Amino acid sequence: MAIVVKIPTQLRAATGGASSASVEGGTVGEVLDALYEQFGELRERIADDGGLRRFVNVYIGGEDIRFLEGLETPVEDGDEVTILPAVAGG
Amino acid sequence: MPPESLTCKECHTVYPLDASYVCERCFGPLEVTYASRADVEAAELRRRIQAGPHSIWRYRDFLPLTSPPPRDTLPAGWTPLLRADRLAERLGLREVWIKNDAANPTHSFKDRVVAVALARAKELGYHTIACASTGNLANAVAAHAAAAGLDSYVFIPSDLEEQKILATGVYGTTIVAVRGNYDDVNRLCTEVSGEREWAFVNINFRPYYAEGSKTIAYEIAEQLGWQVPDRIVGPIASGSQFTKIARGFEEWIEVGLLAGAVPTMNGAQAEGCSPVATAFAAGQDVCRPVKPDTIAKSLAIGNPADGPYALDLARRTGGGIDAVTDEEIKAGIRLLAETTGIFTETAGGVTTAVLAKLAERGDIDPGERVVAIITGEGLKTLDAVRGTFETVEIEPSYDAFEASVEARPAPAQPVAA
Repeated sequence: MAIVVKIPTQLRAATGGASSASVEGGTVGEVLDALYEQFGELRERIADDGGLRRFVNVYIGGEDIRFLEGLETPVEDGDEVTILPAVAGG
Repeated sequence: MPPESLTCKECHTVYPLDASYVCERCFGPLEVTYASRADVEAAELRRRIQAGPHSIWRYRDFLPLTSPPPRDTLPAGWTPLLRADRLAERLGLREVWIKNDAANPTHSFKDRVVAVALARAKELGYHTIACASTGNLANAVAAHAAAAGLDSYVFIPSDLEEQKILATGVYGTTIVAVRGNYDDVNRLCTEVSGEREWAFVNINFRPYYAEGSKTIAYEIAEQLGWQVPDRIVGPIASGSQFTKIARGFEEWIEVGLLAGAVPTMNGAQAEGCSPVATAFAAGQDVCRPVKPDTIAKSLAIGNPADGPYALDLARRTGGGIDAVTDEEIKAGIRLLAETTGIFTETAGGVTTAVLAKLAERGDIDPGERVVAIITGEGLKTLDAVRGTFETVEIEPSYDAFEASVEARPAPAQPVAA
C-alpha cells in the first residue's frame, strides 16, 4: 500500500530536498520505519527510543495520531501522513 | 547586549539569527541567546531603561533586535499595574496587584510579542507578516502590519467571537477563517510557513515573538519599585507567555537589577482545555493534547507547544497549574470587574477564578504580594457576560423611576469563584 508522507522543510536536508515520499506500511509506525529505511538520517532527527521525540507531531489526514492509536494507528492506501514541528503557535 | 544566536532549548545546537524556530537535529524549540551582560553595571542598565520611551522599547537591551526599534510601531506595553485592595479583601489576601494588559493598542498582551516579531521581520527584510491566532493575535498582527505598511494574513478558527473578527478586519488584512479548531489552524500555518516567504510571527518568528512577553515581568518589577513579587498568577494557552514572564525576572536577577528569586508561578487554564493542568495534576512531564471546548477561546490551545516547560516552571517555583469551569470563568470576570473596575475577557476570567481558587484553598500566604496577569479586554468576549444582569427599563417619568428603580431589592453579592 502506498502512503504519501509529507516532509517539513526542516527535515528536507535529510531527504535530499524531497518534500514528500511514498512508502509502504500498514500502521503509522511501519510507515515511519519504511521512511527511515529510505532516508537513514531521519531516524535520529525525529525518533526516540521506540517512539517519537516530544516536539514532533504526526498527523493522518490532518488528525494528530495521539487522538488515534499513536504509532499503532492503521493506515490505508492513499492516506497522507504529515510530519510537523510541535513548537509552533500560541 | 545584542542578540547573539538562536539556540536549541533541548540539545543546545546553535543557529544564526534567522527566521527559524526548530532545531534541525532534534526538532526542539529555538530560543534567542544574548551576548554576555556580565560586564554591564546594573546601575547603567537601569539608567538606560529609565531614559527610554514608555513602551516595551525601554527594555531594548533585553530584546532580540540588532538595530534601533522602528518608529512606525504602535506603542505596545507600559500598561498599568494597579493595586487591587478590594479584590484582595474579598479573597482574604493582603496585597494583590493587577497587571492590566488590556490597556495595549489592540487591547491584549499580544501587542508586545507582535511588536518584537514585526521589528525583527523588518530587520530580516520581510514584507508580509502572518499568524495562526485564537483572535487577539490576529487583532495585533493586522493593526501592527497596518501601522508599518506591511501586508498581512491572519488565520483563525472559523467559530471565533464576532467582536475579534470585526476588530481585525477593519485594519485591511486578509482574514482566513479555517473550518477547524486552533490546533488545526496552527497545523495548517506550520505547513504554509514552510512554503511561503512570510514572517509567521508565532511560527518561524516564534523565538523573537516569545521574547516580547518578558517585558511583562520587566514592567511589573519596575512598577513595584524594582522588586520581585512573591507570586504570579497568569493564564496558560501555549505556555509561552507563562515561561517568558519567569525568564524576564530571571534575567534581571542575573544582571543585578533585581534581588531575590523568581516568583512562585501559578498557571491558569479553563477546564474545557486544560492539557497542562491535567499533566500537572498527574505528575507528568508532557501534555496529552485535547480537543478544546470552553468559552475561553483565547486560551483554547489543545496542543500547547511550551507545555513541558510550563510544567517544569510551575514545579520548580513551588507553584501549580489549575483549571476552572466556564461558570467559574464568568464569575471571575464579574469579580474582577466589581472589585477593580477592570472588564476583562474570558482569559482574564480564568486567571481571576484561579486566583480566587488558590486563595480559598489557602495556597497563598496572607502576607504575600501577588500579581495577576490580565491579558485581554472584556469588550472582545461580550457573550461571556450576556444575561448575567438585568437592566431596569422605565417610562421617562419620575414616578416610574421611584416605583421601579428605587423599590428594587439590593442586588445580591455575586459569589466569588
